[in-house]
Amino acid sequence: MDWQAIWLSLRLSASTTAILLAAGTPLAYWLAFSRRRWKFLVEAVVALPLVLPPTVLGFYVLLAIGPRSPLGALYGKLTGGMLPFSFQGLLLASVLYSLPFTVQPVAASFAAVDRGLVEASWCLGVSRFATFRRVVVPLSLRGIATGAILSFAHTMGEFGVVLMVGGNIPGVTRTVSISIYDQVQALDYAAATQTSLFLLGLSFTVLALTSAFQRRVWNVWPMN
Amino acid sequence: MLTRQLLPAALAGLAALLGGACNSRPVTGRLSIAAASDLQFALAEAGKQFHREYRHAEVAIDYGSSGNFYAQIRNGAPFDMFLSADVQYPRLLAQQGLARADSVFIYAAGRLAVWVPSFSSLDPSTALRDPTVRRIAIANPQHAPYGRAAEAALRHMGLYEALEKKLVLGENISQTLQFVQSGAADVGLVALSLAVAPAVRSQGRYWEVPLDAYPKMEQGGVILKDSAVAREFRAWLLAPAGRRLLKQYGFYLPGE
Repeated sequence: MDWQAIWLSLRLSASTTAILLAAGTPLAYWLAFSRRRWKFLVEAVVALPLVLPPTVLGFYVLLAIGPRSPLGALYGKLTGGMLPFSFQGLLLASVLYSLPFTVQPVAASFAAVDRGLVEASWCLGVSRFATFRRVVVPLSLRGIATGAILSFAHTMGEFGVVLMVGGNIPGVTRTVSISIYDQVQALDYAAATQTSLFLLGLSFTVLALTSAFQRRVWNVWPMN
Repeated sequence: MLTRQLLPAALAGLAALLGGACNSRPVTGRLSIAAASDLQFALAEAGKQFHREYRHAEVAIDYGSSGNFYAQIRNGAPFDMFLSADVQYPRLLAQQGLARADSVFIYAAGRLAVWVPSFSSLDPSTALRDPTVRRIAIANPQHAPYGRAAEAALRHMGLYEALEKKLVLGENISQTLQFVQSGAADVGLVALSLAVAPAVRSQGRYWEVPLDAYPKMEQGGVILKDSAVAREFRAWLLAPAGRRLLKQYGFYLPGE
C-alpha cells in the first residue's frame, strides 16, 4: 500500500476544501444575492471546469502556471520556486477543478434562504456581515456541508489534472489515484485492487460519517 | 552525384508503381491498430502510404500507452493489430492465447534523445549536467519502455543519483515531451521518433543518447484478429517501404 500517496491525497483534499470554502463562499454569496445583469456569465465560468475533460484542463493549467506564463513568472519572482510539479501547483489546479462542486451547492442553499428573514435582520439594524454570519450561514449549513464533502471527494478521486501538472513525484505530487494507475500500468493488478479498496473504504467512511453528522445537526436544530 | 541521389528515388518510385500494379488484387477492409505513442507520426504517414498502395484498405490507428492497450485487449478491446513499444506485451498476449504465437513480430527499435525547446539556451548534449536545470522529464520507468531506457541511460552516465530529485515522470512519452514543450521542465529524455517528427522538429533541439547507454528497446507487434489486410500491413511495414519510413522517423530497424 502506498501510504505516502494516500496521505498526500488526504492533505491535498483537505487543503483544497479549506481554500474553496474560504474563497468559494463569498463568490457563492455574490451569485446568490447579486442583481447584476451579467451574473449569468460568472455562473457559466464557474461551471466550466465541469465541461472540459480533466486532462485538457490540466494541460492548459500546466501552460498557465509554467515559468513562461505571466502567472508562473510572477510566482517565480516572488518565491523563487515553480508551480508545476509542486504541491502548490497541484493545489491551485485542484481548486480550479473543484470550484463548481463548492460554489454551486453553497450558492443554491444561500438562494433558498427566506429573503424575509434576511431583510428583517437588516431592518433590525444588523449589519450585512453579521446577518450573513448569524442568519444566512446557519440556514445554509447543509448546502455548505454538501459543497465541502463534494469538493473533498472530487479531489480525492482527481486524476487527469494531477497527471498533467503533477509530474508524479513521490510524496509531492504522486496522489493515490496516480499511484493506482501506475500499479495497473505495471500490471500489478493485486496492489492496484488493494489500494483501490482501501480508497473506497476510506471515502465511504468519511462520506457516511459526514452524512450521519449532518443528519444529527439537522434533527437537533430544525431550521427550515 | 545527382544520379546517385536520383537513382534510388526513381527505383523506389518504380517499385511503388509496380507494387501498386501487382497489388491490384483487392485487399479490402478496415484495419484498426492500437499503437504506442512513439509511433504517433511515423504510423500516421505509414497508414497514408499503405492506403495509397492498397486503395480498398483503410487503416485506423489509436495511440496510447502500451500497458493500457495491453489491459484493454485482455478485456476484449476490438483491435486487429497491436504495435507495442516493447516486445513483452505482445508476447504476453500470445501466451494467453489472445493472438497467434507465430504472429508476434519485431518491427523497430526505439532510440532515446535529450530534447530542449528552442526558447531554451541549453545545449542538449550537455543539458543533463547543467546545474541550472531544475526539472528533467522522463517517462515513468515503472511501465513506459522509454522511461526504463532513460533511467538506464542516466545510470550508465553516472548521473542518476545526482539527478533523481530533479526527475518528473510523464505518463507516456508524448506527455513527457509536453512537459518540456510547455517550459515546465527544462530538459526531457524522449523518443527520437518524436524529436525528429515534422511537427516537433522546429520546436527544439535534440542530442541522441548513445546506443550503448541503455538496453536495446525492441518494439514488437502482434496480429490480434487475422485478416488479409492485417497480414498485408504487417508485410508492408517489414518490407523496404515500411522500413525506410520507420528509419526516416527515427527508429532503428530490426537486424541493424
